[in-house]
Order: sequence, then structure tokens, then C-alpha cells
Amino acid sequence: MLPVRVIGLGNWLRGDDAVGLHVARSLRGRVGRQVEVIEGGAGSLDLLEWIEGARQVVLIDAARSGRPAGTIHRFDASTASIGAWLFPSSTHALNVVDILELGRALGRLPPQVIVYGIEAVDLREGEALSPAVAGAVDPVAAQVLRDLEATTHA
Amino acid sequence: MAEQKRKTRTIAVDLVARVEGEGALRLTVQNGEVRDVELKIFEPPRFFEAFLQGRHYEEVPDLVARICGICPVAYQMSAVHALEQIFGTRVEGPLRDLRRLLYCGEWIESHALHVYMLHAPDFLGYDSAIVMAKDHPDLVPRGLRIKKAGNRLMTLLGGRSVHPVSVRVGGFSRVPLRRDLAALHEDLLWARDAAVETVRWVAGFEFPDLVQDYTFVALTPSNDYPFNEGSVTSSRGLHIPSREFEAHFVEAQVPHSTALHCTLNGASYLVGPMARVNQNYDRLSPLAREAFAGTGLSLPIRNPFHAIVARAVEILYAIEEALRLIERYDPPSSPSVPVTVRAGTGTACTEAPRGILYHRYVVDEQGLVREAKIIPPTSQNQRRIEDDLRAYAPRVLSLPDKQAALSCERVIRCYDPCISCAAHFLRLDVIHV
Repeated sequence: MLPVRVIGLGNWLRGDDAVGLHVARSLRGRVGRQVEVIEGGAGSLDLLEWIEGARQVVLIDAARSGRPAGTIHRFDASTASIGAWLFPSSTHALNVVDILELGRALGRLPPQVIVYGIEAVDLREGEALSPAVAGAVDPVAAQVLRDLEATTHA
Repeated sequence: MAEQKRKTRTIAVDLVARVEGEGALRLTVQNGEVRDVELKIFEPPRFFEAFLQGRHYEEVPDLVARICGICPVAYQMSAVHALEQIFGTRVEGPLRDLRRLLYCGEWIESHALHVYMLHAPDFLGYDSAIVMAKDHPDLVPRGLRIKKAGNRLMTLLGGRSVHPVSVRVGGFSRVPLRRDLAALHEDLLWARDAAVETVRWVAGFEFPDLVQDYTFVALTPSNDYPFNEGSVTSSRGLHIPSREFEAHFVEAQVPHSTALHCTLNGASYLVGPMARVNQNYDRLSPLAREAFAGTGLSLPIRNPFHAIVARAVEILYAIEEALRLIERYDPPSSPSVPVTVRAGTGTACTEAPRGILYHRYVVDEQGLVREAKIIPPTSQNQRRIEDDLRAYAPRVLSLPDKQAALSCERVIRCYDPCISCAAHFLRLDVIHV
């Protein structure tokens, strides 16, 4: 059986940019054995290597579309592109949307790709999340667990 | 001046990554001539320096690996070498080889990413590698597979902090078995051939004609091509140990940004693949020299657009060097040598993919960091990029805004500027006075 992967992205030292990493960390030990949780850091193109060969991936990254801090966006990127407007603030060399579209162009996307974007507000250097952004960590983690349950029972 | 009429054209340019307002290029034009160029693409790592203060030396390799997602190994290597200098620790033999091997992995990965995914689209007329991948279904996968060979080395040897094997002061937390490394042999053999092809491919691009009188600065070891060690040398005769770095290379605040510009004798200089190839050509492997000779370029390389060729030659060198190190690897009896903590100051320069990365640490008798100083390659190249733009910009002033901005962005991209530790959004303002 191909693996399921949950991948948090971001930079631990750039404030709210790390929110995806916080979600991934909070999921450690709470997922089934067939699920791999990756704290992806800011390395960009590794993402393509991580999503390849999985049957489902769930990505969590900081987003910046102008909505209030902590707003949770959820997209299904399995069959169609998600708008690049969502992640203009990515600190990654190519942002998550770019990498997914590259994977699609190369025929390397898993059958199911879910992307969470959490609205970030403060990307300055620092280790702390803004309160509103920190408040989104548990709800997103809970929703990711439901996504995983839907797949593993399917 | 009050009486002067200002007309400002503002053009938004995504460099490769974006955080609004962080990076900007401002050209001031008077009577059709470029009067000033102000570039702000890189913040000095002052936050990280403060972040390291008070930390125990054993934490440092993991902490600095988080500073840059693209070149964690460079940060780890400059850090451990500087700390080992303080403690009088000597890391030699297979442990030294493993560090070199790890660095090969980072160069392969970082250079392949830049050559194939970020830089080649400029020469082939694409907005991005995504569009290029659709038209050239063979090219992008080739680049990704080369990159992956480097990534496997980094994963095996702990360049990724998520991995249980890791770099530490005195060596590693654990070392691989011979067969772990042998498993990479086949991938690297394939990658070596692909790298030869890569050099040939990029040398066939059309390059804008922009020859500059650079001061090249690179490490120059006694024998090998530089990764972890060597004197700091320049193409104008400088030859110093890393501990004298700050006496010659001066960081100064520039009025137009919070960024610091690093200068040598008051002028710009260039670090990175072009400088390394020029300063260390005879230390490259025979195959890498042969590949370079086949490009028809002559030394020294003085056109910034040729950096992509230098980078491709270094991919080839790093792959060959990795194969050589794997071939002769004999696991050491212990993954690290003992460390005797003592107070002092240590410095180190190593060659990050983008050029010299300088670290200095002051440590107390408990092994706690009292002071940390980091000078990354991109802050060293920043002044040099401005000088290139000053020479190049007159050619693009007659172009419409968008094309002018894209052309300037191409010059900046030749330098593979760091974008991961200080996220960027490049805005170009052309000001007519």
C-alpha cells in the first residue's frame, strides 16, 4: 500500500510562517502507522520528492490572501490548480502552488492532494506564532485527522 | 530637489519567492542615464546571531541548520569548524571525508535546483520551470534526478535536521556503513553523465554580453577544490586565514536599506561558483576541466551570465568527488572525536553553494555562546550585483516597464541570491529625476 503523507511547510524562525510546521508537530503520534508526518522546513523542491509515490498527501502552509489572521483555507488540488493568490507570502524558493503545478506537469501528483493554508499576519523573525494564528493549529490538526480517516477507511 | 519633477514607475517583480515589501530594486535615471542603483534583497542575519547567544555549543549545529532551508550544511560546517577551532578539536580522516561528502550533496542539490528550475527558464524564454517542463518533458526530470542524488547524500549524512544522523562538533552523532554509501553509487554514476550533458547544454545558451572587471574571492586550500577549508584568496593577491576575514572585509550599513554591504578595500567583490572556478581551476577534477574546456569559455570567466556554466561544472565536480569519497570510505572507529570545552573565539569560512559563509563565535568556559557573527554570501555579493546592474541597466531603460524589470531580475538571478532565510519580494522602482 502506498503511504499517506502529512507535510507541514515553513520556517521555524519566521513567526507565523511556521504554522504548518506546528500543525505537523501536533499530529505526531496521533496518526495511524501508515501515515508519515513530515516537518518540511523551508526546503522547497524537496516537496516534490515527498509527495511523489504517495496515495494521499495533506499539505499545511502559511497563506496570505488578505483575510483575517488565522483564517483556514482548505483546497482539493487533486485535479485542478489552486490559485496562486493564496500563497504570495511563501518563503520557499518555489511556493507550494508552484511545486504542485510542476508535479502536475510532470505527472507526479498523488491521486489525492489536500492543501491547507492558514492566514499568517506576522512573518518577521521570531519563534512565536501570533495568537490568532496559534488558535488555528488545533482546528486544522483535527480536520486533517478527519481527512486521513476518510481515506484510510475508504 | 523641489523643482525637479519626479516621475516614478513602479513595477512589481517576483524574484523567486515573495514577502511583500522585503526586497526592492530602485533605479534612479537622469537624462536617460542611470544615476543610482539601490538593491535591497538580503537582510543581515542579526536576529539569528542574537538567537544563538546563550545557547550551548552542542545545540549550535541544529540551530544554524534552520537558518537556511537551501544551504543548511554550509551553516553547520562554518559553525562546527569555528567551534572546533576554539576547542582545539581536529577532525580528520574519514570524518573529514564525510563532511566533504555531505557538502558535495548540498552543492549538487542547490546547484541543480538553480540551474534547472530557476535559471535555465531565463535562457530558454520561459516564465517558470513549470511551463518549461511542459515543453521539455525530458529536461526538468533530468535536473530533478540530479538534485535527488544530492538530496540522498544529505539525508544519509544528516544535512536535514529531521534526520536522526546529524553533524556535531567533533564529527557526527553516527556514521554510515560502507554499504549505506555504496547504495548511492549507481545514482551518482548516472548523475555524473547527466552533469556532463548539463555543462554542454548550458554552454549552448545565448548569453548577454556583459563583461565586468571583478575582484573574485574564494577559499583556496592547499590541494583540493574548496569546501570546508582553505585560505581566503582574491584575484588581486589577497591571501589570508579566516581569522583575519573581518580585518579585510568590512560590513557597512547603506542608507537605502537595513541590509549591510560587505566590501574589500572599499569596493565590491564577487563570491560563489564563478569566483571558485576562476581561483581554483587547477584543483578541479580532470573530467570537470575537460567539460569546461569543451564549453569554449576562457578563464577568468567575467560575464555574470556565465555563472550558470560555472555552476554546472561544479555539479559535475561535486558528483565526481562524492564518488571518489564513497569509494575510499572506511568507517571510523568512533563517529566523533572528544571535545575539550574551553573559552575562546573561533572563526571559519566554508564555501556555501553561493560563496563564502563566514562565522565567528565567542564561547565561555561552560561552552555557552557569548557572541555569534554570521556573514552570508548573498550580503557579500549584494554590492557586486548593484555594480552589475549599474552597467546593465542603461540597455533596458528604453524597454517597457515589465521587460525592463525582467531583464534586471535576470542579472540578479545569475547570483543565485539566498532567498530562503530572508524571504523576498523584488519590486523595481524606476525614478526619473
